Amino acid sequence: MVIALCLMSIFSFAQQQTDSTNAPTDFMNSNGKIYVVVAVVLVILIGLFIYLFNLDNKISKLEKKNE
Amino acid sequence: MRKSWWKILTVIILLYVGSYGFLVKVPSLDGRLQQSIRNTFFHVPMWIAMTVILSISVVYAVKYLRSQNPKDDIFSLEFARTGLVFSFLGLFTGMIWAKYQWGAAWSDDPKQLGTAISILIYCAYFVLRGSINNIDQRGKIGAVYNIFAFCMLFPTLYILPRMTESLHPGGLGSEGNPGLNPNDTSQSLKLVMYPAFIGWTLLGVWIATLRVRYKLLLEKKLA
Repeated sequence: MVIALCLMSIFSFAQQQTDSTNAPTDFMNSNGKIYVVVAVVLVILIGLFIYLFNLDNKISKLEKKNE
Repeated sequence: MRKSWWKILTVIILLYVGSYGFLVKVPSLDGRLQQSIRNTFFHVPMWIAMTVILSISVVYAVKYLRSQNPKDDIFSLEFARTGLVFSFLGLFTGMIWAKYQWGAAWSDDPKQLGTAISILIYCAYFVLRGSINNIDQRGKIGAVYNIFAFCMLFPTLYILPRMTESLHPGGLGSEGNPGLNPNDTSQSLKLVMYPAFIGWTLLGVWIATLRVRYKLLLEKKLA
């Protein structure tokens, strides 16, 4: 849930920036738009971790059932 | 969730690497590497993770030969599999980097050739295992081959490429141990690089243990 909220905040944050491409002075457009890459990498990592935790839980449940 | 504290640690470390790795100030030497030096947080850890994971695999191979416990064989096999995945990730990320750093994705650099050789050696491990139907034989021959493959890993990846001229750092003519020499890297790079090594390695171990647990469940189902 917390992770989902984090994701939401990143998405909403990213969306705020899309309509202001003409102004390269804001945070996401500063420093050669490196923060866009940071956001992308974080989304990928968080998605990957959610997936792995899910998989881990599923296997744990199966292990419990098998015992 | 089994023993989850180190998995949470993995998440924290990699989120740190994935965010701070782009924000940290990196030294600019002569404009050749520029920002691509940040690949040391992503490309290099693939090899560190692969080395650690394949080392774990060979430890379990030896353990299997001593104990004949099928569980050790499964550990050895699945760690080798995950190690191979990481070696491919390292190879492909390296080719992307090489394209823009050396002008070509593949330039027959000694380290690239060594990587190709050791990847093929490890691929043969799975071919060998797949070709044997008897479970005990498969385990034993696989474990012995794993030890030989591991013995070739360090020469092909880390020793031979450094004895000839190489595009990678640390080839013939350069002194010291590249990257791992504390004097060759700046403080800010180390601040992300070392956690990156640990984080990506932990991620690999996590994935490998998931595969092991899946395989053990599968064996139980079939038995």
